[in-house]
Amino acid sequence: MKVGLFIPCYINQLYPQVGKATLELLEKLKVEVVYPSGQTCCGQPMANSGFENESEGACINFVNNFKDFDYIVTPSGSCAYHVKKHYNIIQQTDEVVKVRKNVYELCDFIVNVLKVKQLGASFPYKVGVHKSCHGLRGLRLGSSSELVTAPYSYIEALLKEVKGIELMTLDRSDECCGFGGTFAVTEDVVSAKMGKDKIQDHLRNGVEVITATDVSCLMHLEGLITRNKQPLQVRHIAEILNSTIESKVAHPKGQKH
Amino acid sequence: MSHSKLAGIFNKDEKKVDWHDKALWFVRHKRDLSVHEVKGWEELRNLGHGIKAHTLSHLDVYLEQFEANALKNGVQVHWAANGDEHNQIVHGILKENHAKKVVKSKSMLTEECHLNPFLEANDIEVIDTDLGERIVQLAKEQPSHIVLPAIHKNKLEVDELFQEHLGTKPCNGDPQYLTGEARKHLREKFIHADAAITGVNFAIAENGGFVVCTNEGNADMGAHLAAVHIACMGVEKIIPKQEHLGVFLRLLARSATGQPITTYSSHFRKPRKDTKMHIVIVDNGRSEQLSRPDFRASLHCIRCGACMNTCPIYRRSGGHSYDATIPGPIGSILSPGKDLTKYSTLPFASTLCGSCSDVCPVKIDIHTQLYKWRQIIGKETPQPFIKKKSMAAMGKIFSKPSLYGKVGAVAHWALRTLPKSLINSWPNIWGKTRDLPVGHKQSFDQWYKERENNKKDDQK
Repeated sequence: MKVGLFIPCYINQLYPQVGKATLELLEKLKVEVVYPSGQTCCGQPMANSGFENESEGACINFVNNFKDFDYIVTPSGSCAYHVKKHYNIIQQTDEVVKVRKNVYELCDFIVNVLKVKQLGASFPYKVGVHKSCHGLRGLRLGSSSELVTAPYSYIEALLKEVKGIELMTLDRSDECCGFGGTFAVTEDVVSAKMGKDKIQDHLRNGVEVITATDVSCLMHLEGLITRNKQPLQVRHIAEILNSTIESKVAHPKGQKH
Repeated sequence: MSHSKLAGIFNKDEKKVDWHDKALWFVRHKRDLSVHEVKGWEELRNLGHGIKAHTLSHLDVYLEQFEANALKNGVQVHWAANGDEHNQIVHGILKENHAKKVVKSKSMLTEECHLNPFLEANDIEVIDTDLGERIVQLAKEQPSHIVLPAIHKNKLEVDELFQEHLGTKPCNGDPQYLTGEARKHLREKFIHADAAITGVNFAIAENGGFVVCTNEGNADMGAHLAAVHIACMGVEKIIPKQEHLGVFLRLLARSATGQPITTYSSHFRKPRKDTKMHIVIVDNGRSEQLSRPDFRASLHCIRCGACMNTCPIYRRSGGHSYDATIPGPIGSILSPGKDLTKYSTLPFASTLCGSCSDVCPVKIDIHTQLYKWRQIIGKETPQPFIKKKSMAAMGKIFSKPSLYGKVGAVAHWALRTLPKSLINSWPNIWGKTRDLPVGHKQSFDQWYKERENNKKDDQK
């Protein structure tokens, strides 16, 4: 099995540690991972802003980079969802169809392709899961609170196996954090208010570390947390699943983001 | 004004935003509890979706069948291509019957057609009889929610409003007293009304009947007392069979408020002895929306308001921030079809979180339609120069890996090196309320390359 690793543009530039954790985790799981050097962005920023046509070059570049892999794995539900849902704007060649079918968010890949749950991680903190919307309602990585279906969550299934972790229950289990791409800037007031409320929910419920499948949500929340000097940390789920911290220190991983 | 500007105004009072958010979240939560009691809820949604899709594909057939059956029942049927025609028809009926005083139960269609100001300009008194609608009417405002029209007002504001208009005593917002006074006031209006206008929730093609749902019984009070009943409906309110009500009434009440059934689901079929019944069937842009394959499912809407209650933006921006008859997510996919430029910011008043689509009882793909409107707006309406240019530039950078590497290196050097005060200042809107992440020495790209090179060196 040959896996192509896609590291979203903002992770590559702003949160490289999430990319490292993803790669290390996959290698621990004995997956043959290659990181194609010509990759850039999935095209979502332009498309969600109403300029889908300007994203075609990015889509084609993505497909060219990943067409030869059995699977494409990425530490982002949002990017994986974008490739699956919105790559209908380019010609549907066999390569494009294959890429759209085989792109996976990291947890989804571990649970449903590798079919492993016990990853040998330890992370002795009280963790609140932020269920990033595109992963939840787009990729269906878990049951959403609106639907009447049997409850499940791939993310929580993996986290429950982490040694020392305590998963906290939130008042609103899957409300959006307010990031929303350019929404964070064009609707900055509501965006910030949504984030603020989300953070309060985590604080109210004793969370020490917020985790999510998407760094974009975490970047927004972390921006507010840092600005308001709140006692919370954010960690991408790959960092927790790749963690071997046995005993609690002031800052998980010993360093701040 | 753009949605974000109006939302900014609403957010000046954070306590009010919190209260608005919590009030509507409470309704959403009640809805959750209630739908989880229904076995086969998702199947019910599938049925609702299917019946609506079928009906919209045979709209002409069912509308004509409905008209024929309504005529047989002794109801007069009128067709209006747009809001103006609708208003003229209603006014014509009122004039013919020398009606000067009208009571009206909740109808978003008549709001959409701006019926009230039209009738008032023609010396006709129109009283909205739904309590929430009466409140906004007295305040000279628009409803801010389709099911809870005055949800943006608290009880103290209502207290003041009633003192001013209904002569009530100051009561510190005592809901019991205020509703009691409203009831007395409205009963007077019901008794003296010459005509009653109602909306229509469902019109049944096979028998020409229609159903009006209210929790206050105000549609019944109006229609049963007045000599003339005018029911106004959009073309999409039609359902083929009586038995389909079993699907929609169950979906509607639970989705709207978490009630198992609306308090009054009143079935109207024919006029009482010596009274008249009229139905006005209105298009007003619906056929055009039906002709747009990507957006036709927006006409499935049964006006339950669940997408508003669940929408994290609506709850924090208030219904008036949409500046449209139908606010919230469903309004944001309906309004651009009416005026693309005026409503061009609405499809962007969303994070595309998808909660609206999952909560919708008739499975309208609301967030997908928001995304699709964005594409049309990007192409067909004037866009800010900077947005257009930056999108084109990003498009180019992301199609060329070599260019992307250089730009990225500059960006994270800047984040690492420049002082926070500079980074977070104007024009960085992000930085108004949020810090930017700390830049790292190496991008993932660079780290990976270094690692690969080290591996090669090790192998040597």
